Amino acid sequence: MNRATRLFAGLGAALGLALAVVGGAGAAEPLKVAFVYTGPIGDHGYSYQHDVGRKAVEKEFGDKVKVSYVENVSEGPDAERVIEQLAASGNKLIFTTSFGFMNPTIKVAARHPDVKFEHATGFKTAKNVGIYNARFYEGRYIIGQMAAKMSKSGTIGYIASFPIPEVVMGINAAYLGAKTVNPNIKFKIIWVSSWFDPGKESDAAKALVDQGADILMQHTDSPAAMKLAEERGILAFGQSSDMADFGPKAQLTSIVDDWNYYYISRVKAVMDGSWKPDNVWDGLKEKMVELAPYGPAVPDDVKKMADETKAKIISGELHPFIGPIAKQDGTPWLKDGEKAQDKDLLSMNFFVQGVEGSLPK
Amino acid sequence: MDLVLNILLGVAVAATPLVFASIGELITERSGVLNLGVEGMMVMGAIAAFAATLASGSYVVGIVAGAAAGAAMGALFGLLTLSLMSNQVATGLALTLFGLGLSALIGQQFAGASLPQFPRVNIPVLTAIPFIGPLIFGQDALVYLSIALVLGVGWFLTKTRAGLILRATGENHDAAHAIGYPVIGIRYLAVTFGGACAGLGGAYLSLVQTPLWVERMTAGRGWIALALVVFASWKPLRVLGGAYLFGGITILQLHSQALGLKIDAQILSMLPYLATIVVLVVISRDATRMKLNAPSCLGKVFYATS
Amino acid sequence: MFKLVPRKEPLNAMLYATPFIALLLTIVAGFALFSALGKDPAQAMYLIFIKPLTSYNSLAELLVKGAPLILIATGLAIGFRAGVWNIGAEGQFTIGAITGGSVALAFYPDGGFWLLPLMALAGALGGMAWAAIPALLRTRFNASEILVSLMLVYVATLLLSLLVHGPLRDPEGFNFPESRLFQDSALLPNLLDGTRANVGFLVALVAVGAAYIYIERLIFGFQVKVMGQAPRAARYAGFSERRIVWSSFMISGGLAGMAGLFEAAGPVGQLVPSLPVGYGFTAIIVAFLGRLHPVGILFAGMLMALTYIGGETAQIEMSLPSATTSVFQGMLLFFLLGADVLVNFRLARAGKPLVATKPAAQSPALEPAE
Repeated sequence: MNRATRLFAGLGAALGLALAVVGGAGAAEPLKVAFVYTGPIGDHGYSYQHDVGRKAVEKEFGDKVKVSYVENVSEGPDAERVIEQLAASGNKLIFTTSFGFMNPTIKVAARHPDVKFEHATGFKTAKNVGIYNARFYEGRYIIGQMAAKMSKSGTIGYIASFPIPEVVMGINAAYLGAKTVNPNIKFKIIWVSSWFDPGKESDAAKALVDQGADILMQHTDSPAAMKLAEERGILAFGQSSDMADFGPKAQLTSIVDDWNYYYISRVKAVMDGSWKPDNVWDGLKEKMVELAPYGPAVPDDVKKMADETKAKIISGELHPFIGPIAKQDGTPWLKDGEKAQDKDLLSMNFFVQGVEGSLPK
Repeated sequence: MDLVLNILLGVAVAATPLVFASIGELITERSGVLNLGVEGMMVMGAIAAFAATLASGSYVVGIVAGAAAGAAMGALFGLLTLSLMSNQVATGLALTLFGLGLSALIGQQFAGASLPQFPRVNIPVLTAIPFIGPLIFGQDALVYLSIALVLGVGWFLTKTRAGLILRATGENHDAAHAIGYPVIGIRYLAVTFGGACAGLGGAYLSLVQTPLWVERMTAGRGWIALALVVFASWKPLRVLGGAYLFGGITILQLHSQALGLKIDAQILSMLPYLATIVVLVVISRDATRMKLNAPSCLGKVFYATS
Repeated sequence: MFKLVPRKEPLNAMLYATPFIALLLTIVAGFALFSALGKDPAQAMYLIFIKPLTSYNSLAELLVKGAPLILIATGLAIGFRAGVWNIGAEGQFTIGAITGGSVALAFYPDGGFWLLPLMALAGALGGMAWAAIPALLRTRFNASEILVSLMLVYVATLLLSLLVHGPLRDPEGFNFPESRLFQDSALLPNLLDGTRANVGFLVALVAVGAAYIYIERLIFGFQVKVMGQAPRAARYAGFSERRIVWSSFMISGGLAGMAGLFEAAGPVGQLVPSLPVGYGFTAIIVAFLGRLHPVGILFAGMLMALTYIGGETAQIEMSLPSATTSVFQGMLLFFLLGADVLVNFRLARAGKPLVATKPAAQSPALEPAE
């Protein structure tokens, strides 16, 4: 410890003591909980949906919690400071909601053993860091089936962001679902190299429609593609949140992330002292992944099929990634009846046979 | 044939916001002022147009509001750089920062709102002509406005006395001042006009292209507009060519992906920027011609000494 | 009515007073802004300007945030003085992180005392190489360096994305687009215990010192100044424009590249696609706020860092949307840039005779020089 540190440590201790005296005078302190988002909460997609979860926590616990959030935190060098600041300012539970916050979360957690951290979509845990994610691919399998059943042109347009495992997994799941209905179904994929560029997403949607796609899926965050589908009179699936406002006629359904129950249960666990670092990957069964209400364009037989598939996935009767499945180049991946390991899904960097296009090596 | 037609229609939509923003910046630069804050003015135009259309139910009101918001931002830039003689490069960057923030602040209450599709022109008989009909007679009104604006600016700069004075101000502000032209006043008009055009470009994004409001929805288009002005070597008609070329490459790279071209998406996304550089080099190679086009006083602070 | 009248000589007192005048105006405007939003303005001001200065950790974070701004702005200022407009420092920053970071990854998991200097060198060379493109196109083909360097920012960002999705991806990272965490010997040593402040700040200080000597004391620095203020005179005096364009780009590109590497090897510790967060652009503002002078840049860089960190604090403690911070920052910059007019001008009643002096003008040479 050098001199400056000692000086500051001394000041800090004095300040801490003073605060303790002040704090001690009050009644039971509310639990401080914080959320860190990578996007603006106005993105109407991913960050927005996490913020819905935050509000659910506020509503559930009222003045027993003090909830704060920081939006637009870049996944670069600023993330660690924001998380550190939240930890240092007395928050006892911090949700870091984007993959890029993984290493910063781990680093800050090591310095604050008394603070609990929950990181979304990563893979590193620690004594005070738990991770959680949603099995979005289960929903994508169902919308793949619906798309194949309803497409007249047999071509599905897919707007993708970046070739990370999550997105690749989603494409594969949707394709595998679609193939069970129509073995000749074609997927056209456009990577827009952005999570959030409404203009480009809209242009990509146009390109896909012009090339014959009559149903759009997306793995980007803005509702621009839904809006375009509505204009062009075609159909589309929403992403992250219910986008029916943007495509009242066009939206078939949307894969909705529902973090509410999870956030509430975690806050409760910290309150009653039962919190443990966990690795949660919930899906349709736990309702972390939900399908938005079917749109007016969905006929009854398609609804029935989707409901059945959903029930089968929930009961465990059906797994979207069950063999035989070969990789794009024809090499076998899963043997007949073999289910994919979670580990393989989480690191997926190949297309399954039948999907066209290439991934960076 | 339908595919080609649709690609061409897509190009017009991608290019029009760039046409608006760059023709405005062209006038600004021709008067001798460099405003790097196009992105900030565009994004303010986008939110103002969206909010006004939503509130009034009228696209015309929205478009006017978009132009007005851009013009106000342009005038603010003028106040700083012309009256207070601050550095134009730094002020332009600060304007962008300010515009992105302010638009996001205003826009918070509009997240999730959306507008109906912007109407396309439909002229009986003419629009029904196969291929040419929708292409020439079936665009939305703002596409025609953008083209008219370019032609108008071209005519203004070369054929009118006012245009001549504007160019003189950009070429040699001291001489223009000596003859008795109000250099600062002319430049105020130019940056305000530039702002209004950028605002129209933003309005096009939020009213026609997407049509919804999301934070930072300009996503760098203001910077492209700046590049297009040099790319066009300060000639109005070439702005049109440059914007359509850039829009064309953007749309084509998306189409080539959908066709299953096996090239990494990131490399394809680089193409519009690389193409801009290449064309820029080709155009600038002839030093004397380039110099003739560039306003000599571009970016220089003017102060009337007598 | 009042009118601005040029001073016979720049007023030194104003040189130091204008930042405070601007700050005062910002505080007034800020009160209006925060009150309009229904937030407590006094608390917001306290959180933005004072709170970050009251804790050891946030003081250290000021150094983390300020170091790259100062390093890049110092390099840019040298070019700006010469009328060479490198506004693509963000791209050179990104490439520097890639090349320097690749060196660390190439030796992974080996390393030693030699690794960091090698990485820093590779980072600087990477930034210089990227800056060489606009320099070459400007000197060889007259292409505007503003636009070429700007376009290359987008290309560099996409290149980083491509590399971390492919060749530089962490083999044990579940195929997520991130590189490995660098080995310990590839991480910058800490400057203050228990914080993220690293030796990058010292390097920034050295750069400020070197730039000071370069500009104030050396002949070449003089050439740079003349070139910026009177290109024609400079050419008559036999200064080579080519040489000045190249040296401006090499210095600014090299420093930006090194700053990029310091980000990767410092606070981040790996290559991630979102590494560039706009330091290259903010540094341009810092350079002008610092009046293109190394010492001014040092203060301007720290002030900008303060508003960022203070803005975050206000966001955390008052739930201010991040957009509010940008608006507030924008206002601060407007006032700072606008108030500078008082250095060379004074307010007077209109109608009095004017004294003929011309303010020193900075001119971005969008057009190729003659």
